[in-house]
Amino acid sequence: MPDLLLELRSEEIPARMQKKAAGDLRQLVTDALVDAGLTYEGAREYWTPRRLTLDLRGLTARSSDVREERKGPRTDAPEKAIAGFLRGAGLASVEEATVRSDPKKGDFYVAVIEKPGRAAEEVIAEAMPGIIRNFPWPKSMRWGEASAKPGALRWVRPLQSILCTFGPETEEPEVIAFEVDGIIAGNVTYGHRFHAPEAISVRRFGDYVEKLEKAKVVLDAERRKEIIRTDARNLAFAQGLELVEDEGLLDEVSGLVEWPVVLMGEFEEAYLAIPAEVIRLTIKENQKCFVLRPQGEADALANRFILTANIEASDGGAVIAHGNGKVVRARLSDALHFWKTDQANLPDLETLRSSAQRLDLDLAKPLDQRMAKLDALKVTFHAKLGTQGARVERIRRTAGELLSLLGSAQMDFDAIAGEVDRAALLAKADLTTEVVGEFPELQGLMGRKYALLQSEDDAVAAAIEEHYKPQGPSDDAPTAPVSIVVALADKLDMLVSFWSIDEKPTGSKDPYALRRAALGVVRLTLENDLRLPLKKAGVDADLLAFFHDRLKVYLRDKGARHDLIDAVISPEADDLLMIVKRVEALGALLDTEDGANLLTGARRAANILAAEEKKKTRISDTVDAALLSEEAEKVLLDAIVLAENNAADAVAREDFTAAMTALGALRGPVDRFFDDVLVNAEDEAVRANRLALLNRIRTSTQTVADFSRISG
Amino acid sequence: MTVHAGELPPHMQPTRSFQGLILALHNYWADYGCVVLQPYDMEVGAGTFHPATTLRSLGPRPWNAAYVQPSRRPTDGRYGENPNRLQHYYQYQVLLKPSPPDLQDLYLGSLKAIGIDPLLHDIRFVEDDWESPTLGAWGLGWECWCDGMEVSQFTYFQQVCGIECSPVAGELTYGLERLAMYVQGVDNVYDLNFNGRENGKVTYGDVFLQAEQEYSRHNFEFADTSVLLRHFDDAEAECRALLAVGAADDENSVHKCVLPAYDQCIKASHVFNLLDARGVISVTERQSYILRVRNLSKMCGEAYLLTDAGGFDSRL
Repeated sequence: MPDLLLELRSEEIPARMQKKAAGDLRQLVTDALVDAGLTYEGAREYWTPRRLTLDLRGLTARSSDVREERKGPRTDAPEKAIAGFLRGAGLASVEEATVRSDPKKGDFYVAVIEKPGRAAEEVIAEAMPGIIRNFPWPKSMRWGEASAKPGALRWVRPLQSILCTFGPETEEPEVIAFEVDGIIAGNVTYGHRFHAPEAISVRRFGDYVEKLEKAKVVLDAERRKEIIRTDARNLAFAQGLELVEDEGLLDEVSGLVEWPVVLMGEFEEAYLAIPAEVIRLTIKENQKCFVLRPQGEADALANRFILTANIEASDGGAVIAHGNGKVVRARLSDALHFWKTDQANLPDLETLRSSAQRLDLDLAKPLDQRMAKLDALKVTFHAKLGTQGARVERIRRTAGELLSLLGSAQMDFDAIAGEVDRAALLAKADLTTEVVGEFPELQGLMGRKYALLQSEDDAVAAAIEEHYKPQGPSDDAPTAPVSIVVALADKLDMLVSFWSIDEKPTGSKDPYALRRAALGVVRLTLENDLRLPLKKAGVDADLLAFFHDRLKVYLRDKGARHDLIDAVISPEADDLLMIVKRVEALGALLDTEDGANLLTGARRAANILAAEEKKKTRISDTVDAALLSEEAEKVLLDAIVLAENNAADAVAREDFTAAMTALGALRGPVDRFFDDVLVNAEDEAVRANRLALLNRIRTSTQTVADFSRISG
Repeated sequence: MTVHAGELPPHMQPTRSFQGLILALHNYWADYGCVVLQPYDMEVGAGTFHPATTLRSLGPRPWNAAYVQPSRRPTDGRYGENPNRLQHYYQYQVLLKPSPPDLQDLYLGSLKAIGIDPLLHDIRFVEDDWESPTLGAWGLGWECWCDGMEVSQFTYFQQVCGIECSPVAGELTYGLERLAMYVQGVDNVYDLNFNGRENGKVTYGDVFLQAEQEYSRHNFEFADTSVLLRHFDDAEAECRALLAVGAADDENSVHKCVLPAYDQCIKASHVFNLLDARGVISVTERQSYILRVRNLSKMCGEAYLLTDAGGFDSRL
């Protein structure tokens, strides 16, 4: 069966778009082939900075003939209906339709549509121009003379050539000739821009890959990555160093070269005074280079870096390494300047005076100055929510309120009011530092460093960094009390504020990462065993329901049964820790034999009651002890009263395990009741009283959970 | 024909002389067929503001031009103390309309002409989408890297003055000081050899250091902001007035006063940059100033399409 080789060669495609584009190409081409009734055995896409390639194997040479019959209206139907049928079936006149008879329907028209099979070449040639013209690039452009005409071809960067060959392995493949805006598909490609600029004729994928390799193009991005990774590690090892791995950077770099050549550059040791994260980001973001560390070091970096060139330079790469070193040095010199500037006084301190006074900032300290600047600049946080300065004031206030809500019973929250206030005040100050301006992802981390440099308390400095946490599922939630309070305040302020202006996440849209914020609150409270009455912290019913959803997602990820969560959550439950304790206690109860049997009994009671309620039987809330005749029902009532009291007491003490144990004691009496007592007694009053007793089973279990929501 | 670097006397070599570098680029692009223009005689932030780029990139007429443009970025002033940053520097600007199919190769040829061998140096095209909010312009292209250093900007103009480019022009902008520092192997811009002589050597510092110091003072400290604010308003008003008075009498006649109006747009843009450097424009105001300049450039661009050079044919 024939194979298809397709290459779209262009000027340099942005690295971040290559992989998806190659995948889109495979999808679009295979969809078009399948839609046309063709099948294929396998398809794989490749990409380099200058080409998207599709290797499609085992394509059927021809689609099969298709015969389709379409039923039409009766022969005596109104003319309009018949005309519509003919149009729909693509028939020119009624003569082209066949007439069939049916005993029930009478004579009616049938259109027999025969679609002869088509050659794969024809299908491809027809589909390709549309695929190329409508290619889903995130951003595309026009170019050259053709760009003046309406409907000019758009591509991510100018499209230079199209290669399209087709044929079985045993025969000479042929070129599938199609044309898009003046570019005619052929069997020619070009190798490396500088090493092999000559034209290369290609037959099929096998010789294509080989010839490209000879022309210094490694087609497979995975192989380019592997070359870079291995060479970088080896080069580092030889110098007693270790590569600081960065998969994202590796992906990007592999999309910047067709022929990776790994080299090492260096910079002055003096720059190692800059924080390692700043060095890493400076070298990564600006120069797309990897940093190195001495073998066995955890944090400290070496004054070397790894770069990936695209050529085998005539001098072995000395000039390239030297040149890159120069640029890295200039960048690090800027970074050093930023790092130092952030530790010095701001000019125009006078203009910050009023902000400093209002916020109680000490203008003798650099980070305080940065906070005063954030306030004085009146940078908008959100049009409806005011400035960053106003936001910091809210976070401070919320942090203070949280301290009293969390109370001294938990951790030593009343002893840290000063630290919490200071940390909340300085938490966002680093947003106006030069380093964070350059690398926004260092927010928090830089604040901590600058705080320590101006001798802030360790707990305050830590909280400045950690108040953004947890950022994602793999990020730890803070455990230090000051950090916890500021982190909670930051997130609750986000949530309450955005809820107040009705900016809630919808579907996949969550531009302010409010889901993450709510999940952060969930994790901060649960993982630190903290009780926080959310309603008192300003959370309204709608936001509380949002928290419940986040909590369910969180617990489900932890393996909790979601039916148990539903069974214990009520719309008013605003203490997340208590909800979880209930779930745990309920789970533990159901794991015991007593619990499982109690659940069965309670269900049986509920089913009987449900059947009665369907019949509109009135069921009393109270049991008349005088009407109880059998031992088993007397024992049950006593047991219910006792269990209910014990459970209620335990719930009041928030001892859910004890509450569950109390309920578990019902198991024996309930079982015995169902064994010994006939609910459907002949005496109407006795029967009603026994139904009331069943009802009590239901209501007593509800003190801890809604058993009807627990699934079998 | 192109003069090969090897045939030049040492003091004319692009790798030894700043002016030699400029002359080599002039030679290369003149040989290609560009009109080699002189700098525009107004203060601009980038070579793109030259009417030979902004306005000539509009309309259907072919246009190939190359020129050096002194560019002013008031906020980049460092009182002559930073070895890489200048508030006044040179851009070498090439505009080819329509963009030729071999524009990348032409660019690489120009690098060879100034002594950069692509089998010795690592030349890369790294994604960079260009946008000028004040000119209402955007395009797609790359930063061109030489051994990790950005030495040029390469853009296919898609829109200028808010108008779709038809056809698309290709723009090349070389950072001349950076390129010269690289090929001369100099770490401080002020150490660049300007005239290529070893005896009687004139450095970049000899030519520009004092100016950098004085203009930094001007930009950050001395420029009279109330005068500048007035200049901005005046330039804006004058631009609008000139466009109004030069407007075509009827649909068969051309606009009669676009270029002088566009000068006022350039002036407003530069005054805005100065005000920005003086720190008197708040974050919210900033946006509105940018918008005001963009409106001027848009009106100029639209009027330019109604002129002969803009492709308007009054006989139609």
